[in-house]
Order: sequence, then C-alpha cells, then structure tokens
Amino acid sequence: MSAISIFFTALFYLSLFVFLIGMARKIYQYWLTPTPLKIPIAPAPLTQTGVAMRIVREVVLFESLFKSNKWTWIFGWLFHVGLLLVLIRHLRYFWPGDLPEIFLLTQPFKYAAFAMVIGLVGLIGRRIFVERIRYISAPSDYLMLILLLVIGVSGVVMTFTNNHTDIIMVKEFASGLLILNWSNLPTEVYFLLHIFLAFILLLIFPISKLLHVPGVFFSPTLNQVDDSRKKRHISPWALKQEQGHAVRLEQALGKD
Amino acid sequence: MVEKFDIPTLPTYIEIPDIEKGAMKGDGPFKSSAEFQNPLGFPGEKVADWQTVAIAKMAELKSKYRSVQVFLDACVKCGACTDKCHYFLGSKDPKNMPVARQDLFRSVYRRHFTFAGKYFPKLVGAKDLDETMLDDWYNYFHQCSQCRRCSVFCPYGIDTAEISMAAREVLDTVGVGQKYCNQILGKATTVGNNLGLPEPALRDTLLDLEEEIEEETGIAIKYPLDVKGAEVLLVTPSADFFAEPHIDGLIGYGKVFHQDGVRWTMSSFASEGANFGMFIGSYDVMRKAALRIRKAALDLEVSRIMVGECGHAWRVAYGFWNTLTGVGAGATDVFGLKLQNQLDPRYSQPQHIIEYTHDLIKRGKLEFDKSVNDHRTVTFHDSCNIARASNMGGIPNGQFILPREVIKAVCNNFVDMARDTIMESTFCCGGGGGLLTDDLMEIRVKGAMPRMQALKAVEGSDNVDTLVAICAICKSQFSKVLPKFDFDPYMIVSVHQLVGEALIMDKPQIEEDLSATEVVG
Repeated sequence: MSAISIFFTALFYLSLFVFLIGMARKIYQYWLTPTPLKIPIAPAPLTQTGVAMRIVREVVLFESLFKSNKWTWIFGWLFHVGLLLVLIRHLRYFWPGDLPEIFLLTQPFKYAAFAMVIGLVGLIGRRIFVERIRYISAPSDYLMLILLLVIGVSGVVMTFTNNHTDIIMVKEFASGLLILNWSNLPTEVYFLLHIFLAFILLLIFPISKLLHVPGVFFSPTLNQVDDSRKKRHISPWALKQEQGHAVRLEQALGKD
Repeated sequence: MVEKFDIPTLPTYIEIPDIEKGAMKGDGPFKSSAEFQNPLGFPGEKVADWQTVAIAKMAELKSKYRSVQVFLDACVKCGACTDKCHYFLGSKDPKNMPVARQDLFRSVYRRHFTFAGKYFPKLVGAKDLDETMLDDWYNYFHQCSQCRRCSVFCPYGIDTAEISMAAREVLDTVGVGQKYCNQILGKATTVGNNLGLPEPALRDTLLDLEEEIEEETGIAIKYPLDVKGAEVLLVTPSADFFAEPHIDGLIGYGKVFHQDGVRWTMSSFASEGANFGMFIGSYDVMRKAALRIRKAALDLEVSRIMVGECGHAWRVAYGFWNTLTGVGAGATDVFGLKLQNQLDPRYSQPQHIIEYTHDLIKRGKLEFDKSVNDHRTVTFHDSCNIARASNMGGIPNGQFILPREVIKAVCNNFVDMARDTIMESTFCCGGGGGLLTDDLMEIRVKGAMPRMQALKAVEGSDNVDTLVAICAICKSQFSKVLPKFDFDPYMIVSVHQLVGEALIMDKPQIEEDLSATEVVG
C-alpha cells in the first residue's frame, strides 16, 4: 500500500472512532440529563402519536423553519435532501462485491448533488449578505458551509466533468475499509480533497454544531406530550428532593 | 430615574429593522440587595470568586436540565429566530435577537465546557466569563420576557426562555439578582401574595368589594376567604384585588360563581396565583411558592383548584403544579397521591377560570345580554404563557379556542388581529417575565411596539376599541404603554369583565335553598 493510502485509511478509522465514541457520549449525556419540567411549545401535541408526527414533520419537512423564513427553508431543505440522496448513492462504494439491482434506483440521485450545492451557496449567501445573520456568525459557521461546499463541488466535478476517478479503485478502497481488506486509493487531487474533507467532517461532528442532528430528537420543547395535568411528570433529582419536603409538609399541615 | 427615550412610531406593517449595535446597552434593572436575596437562599452581594461559582452553577444546571444542555449544543445559527423577538423589532439592538441573547450564555458554555471552545475559542465564538460578559448577561437577560415566540420558529425548538431562566439563576447564585422579582418573591413566600397584603387587609378589601357590588347591582355577591369545606379554591393574581382593570375581572368571576351557585373560597395563606419563581428560573423558589397553594388546598379541604386570569400563573399551574406539588392527576408517588385523592377527578386539576365559565356556557347554565357589550368592538390578545405553554379544555389549541368562544358568547363584535401576531405566534405585551417594573420602562415600551402595530391595524380596519386579555401582567403593561402609542389606556379589559357585564343575574342561587323549598312544598 502506498503511504498516502495508509494515511487515508488511518484517517478514516480515526474519524470514525471519534465520530462513534463522540456521538455515543453525547447521546448518552442527552439521554441521562433529566427534564424536570414539562415545556412543550405550542402547537403542542396532546398524545404520543402527535409528538411522533411532529418530530417527523420537523425532521423531514423542517416545519418550524418553513413557518419562520422561506429562503432559509428552501436553501436548508435543498441542501439536506440533496445530501441525503447523495449519501444513499454513495452506499454503492461501500458495498463489497457485486451490487444488487436495487442500487440501479439510486443512479439518478447523482443529480441531487446540484440541489446540495445550490442550497449551500444560498446559505452562505444569506450568512454573508443578511446583516442579522452575519452578526450571529462565527468563523466556524462559514467554515462549516465551505467545508460542505468543497466536498459537494469536488464530487460534482468528478461525476459530471472529465475529471472522473477510477470508480473500481474507489469501491475497492471504500468497501475494503469496512471489511478490513485494505487497498490503495486513487490519487487524483479532486478525489483526495473530497474524501479528506469528508473524513474531517466525520471527525468534527460530535464537537460542533452538527450536534443539531441528535439534538432535534432530544429537544424537550418538541418531543414532550402536552399532558401535564393528566400525568405526573417528575425528574429523579426532584423526586429525591421532595421526599425531604414531604416530611416537613406533614408537620406543617393545619398548624398556621 | 427613568431616562428619556424615543417611543417607536407604529409602521403600517412590521419591517425587520437594520441592527443598531448597543441600542439597549445599559446597567439593567435595579439590583437586589441582601434584604431580598438572603431569604431566597442567594448571596446578598456579588461573591468574591463569582467566576468559579458561576461556572459551577452552569455545570449543575446543564446536568439537571436537558433543555439547557441540548439547546446550547444544537443551535446552527440559521437565523430563523433573528426577526421574531418583539424586543429586537422594537429596539433594533442585535443582542435582543434570540440567538444572540442565547449566545451570551452559549459563548461562555463553549469556552468552559467544549473541546472546540477550550482550544479554538476565536474560531467558534467562545468567550470568557468576565465582568463585561456578566454585565451583558444582567442587562440582556432582563430584556427577555421568556415569551417563547422564538421557540415556535426554531427548527430545533430552542427556547430562549430556558436559557434566560438559567442565566438568571446563575446571576442570583453569584449574588447579582434583580430587585423587582426577588423583593416580590420575598412577600409571596412569607405573606402569601406579591403585594404583601396580610389576611386582615385582604379581608377588608374583599368586604369593600362586596359592598360596592351590592350597592351597584343590588345583588349580594360574596368573596369568601378561608372557608373550610368549600368546593372550589380560587387562586388568582393579587393584582385582581386592587389594580385596574383587573378588579373588574374579579367582579366577573364572583358573578359567575354566584350565578352557578358553587361554594368557593380564596385563601389568605395562598392569595397569589402569580409565581415569579419561574421568572428567576429557580425550581426551588417556584416550588416553595407553589407549595403554599397545595397547603391551602389541603387545609381548606377543597375538591377543586381553579386559577384566575394570569398568564405565567397558568403556565406554572397547568404545566408545573403537578410536577412541583402534585396538583393534577396521574401520580404514582406518595407525595402526589395525597392531594390527588382529595381532588375531584371529574374536573381537570387545576382548572382555568375560562375553562369553568366556558363549560357553564356550553351547558346553558349562564345567560347573557350581549347587547350590553354592543358599544365595544373587541379583539383578543393571546398572552404568551397561555398561548405557547398551556392548554385549555383538553382539546388541541383549546387555549386559543376557549377564550374566544367565551368572548363571542358575551359580545357581538369580535375581530382577531393579524394571524402572525396571535395564537402561537402572538406578540408579547412587552412586560412579562419579570420586566413589569418602572426601571425597565424603555424596553417595555419598545417591546410593545409589534403588539401595538397589530392593534393599530385592526383599529383602522374594524374600529376595534377594546383589547381583551387574560393575564394580569398584560393588563398592567397595556394600561401603561397604550397611551404612549396614542391609544386609550382604558381600552384594555379582562375577559371576565365582559362576561360579568353581560351576565343576566336572575337564577335561583343556592342549591341548598332549592332543596329546602322542596321539603317545605
């Protein structure tokens, strides 16, 4: 194996390790942190089914963002849907051996890359030109978009221009990563740039605002059922605290 | 002293302003002193090692509240909330954009608790907690009314109120508290109400009210206090006892109770519906205030607990009482079960006075002469805590539907304001969240601008001349700010004022009397 292939192979495992451990730790933290009070936000569902529907609408359609700002919504939604389709199409590179026919269906998903790029350009534009959003942006907010844009554009360049890379080699490299059968990777600059940044993205996922991905599922304003009068909701720490109070309450009753 | 400031002019429609950095920079509201801090368990002055104490408190809060932890991590700075806060729209200060307000807290969180913030602070906008930052916290977290409008529009439901409450709790913990809230909490948790009105004074006030009503209407409507064995315990904001227009709402409640014939009482021990413990973000203080109501309910042996017209009181009662004190249903623990066995399961506990009146109307128990309110054209201001943090009637969006149905049952001319300024998108009155104090008058007036604009629009299109609300803070705030925007300060009224005025008081009153008649007959 070439030195560069070893480097990228190592980087992949490092990134994957940081991603998995980091995300697991974050999800575990969110899971363990109590919700002492019921704080669902209107329009709040009164049933568990309603909550599930709400989360689905938020995750699939970005419902709240749609209510808020149509431009941010269209760019944000284009980017996320584009990214999702493109990622699904990338599965073929990681599939060891011959592809099942179902993968033919994902062939047109390559055009989703344009949606992704258009979305990202729109989001960067907003960040630069809308004064309010410029005010709230830190350097990392721009860098994150640029990182994704370079990944997207390098992918588009390889797919749609004469800068194709050796797909067979890519597939051997990528699927080899999963089945621990390592091999050399193509060394065209677009490809190296593409996967280098993709691995970096994986690496920084748990320590950046990309935590909005697990966050949306753990957000108490979105995932709580509005049933506080019907069901007593109490956190472990409050219940513990209450046991002390209960005694004092008994003593105090009727003695004022 | 309150300085002079420009009152915003009302535009034809709300435009998103260009930002004006530092427009609302300042020292914030009057600071609390040891006299008010200590009884709540907070230090009387800024502690020496305040930075260490503050960071430790942040760590504690984010480990106790999932909301704080998730909201600090999840924001992507998309900007969806930037034009949603009434204080930003009215003041143009960018730190009043919800995300920027949260970032005052988040930047410190990143600096002290995240990898990126510890090693690359500039890159991710992480900042140290220094004097300047603490001053900004005090100033700008007291320019948030915790109305949660931003949360409605956030793709992750990030609720600035949660961050604002956490920040205020950290501030209290290092000894930098707000005088207005903490002074009031002292009275509420010792005397029993925010006004500091002791039992004899409250009794006198209610007797005076009874006399006035009897003189005016000829009907002996009672305002019972500490009646053991009554069915209903009414807990209402103490402003209802004194303030205008609140007291006309209290008259309305009395008329409805009288007409229904239910045996009701108020408690001198727990004569306050408001619970400023929520504003300062303290679970313990909020619980302490709420426990007085639980105790009153147990002592007076009531089977129903009802809450008067108050916004955040209803949020605390509806959303938090079951958690804090076991007022509600579905408890499995000893503490909660004790009270819940006493409460009547046929009614929602606690119940809002609007739910009660609405139910009586639906069952045909009340009759109205709607023409009494014909001189008015009415619009309804959804109070933020009711609209975005509660429900009524147990039906989806009941908190929007029930008050409107009650109003329409007693009044012929009703018009809603623009859809994006009501219901879950309602604009705060500008005085909620512990901001209803004269030392914050500038932000109160500026924050009222979006609501005033929406009101101006229906005044122009439909000749609306009456603004109705079901929140004591909204009513007080509007009385103050309406004239600043050239409205009549008396146009703000309670829903139960309209109800009381239109109610036909002709039914036989007490059920006992009826049965007595039957026996004689």
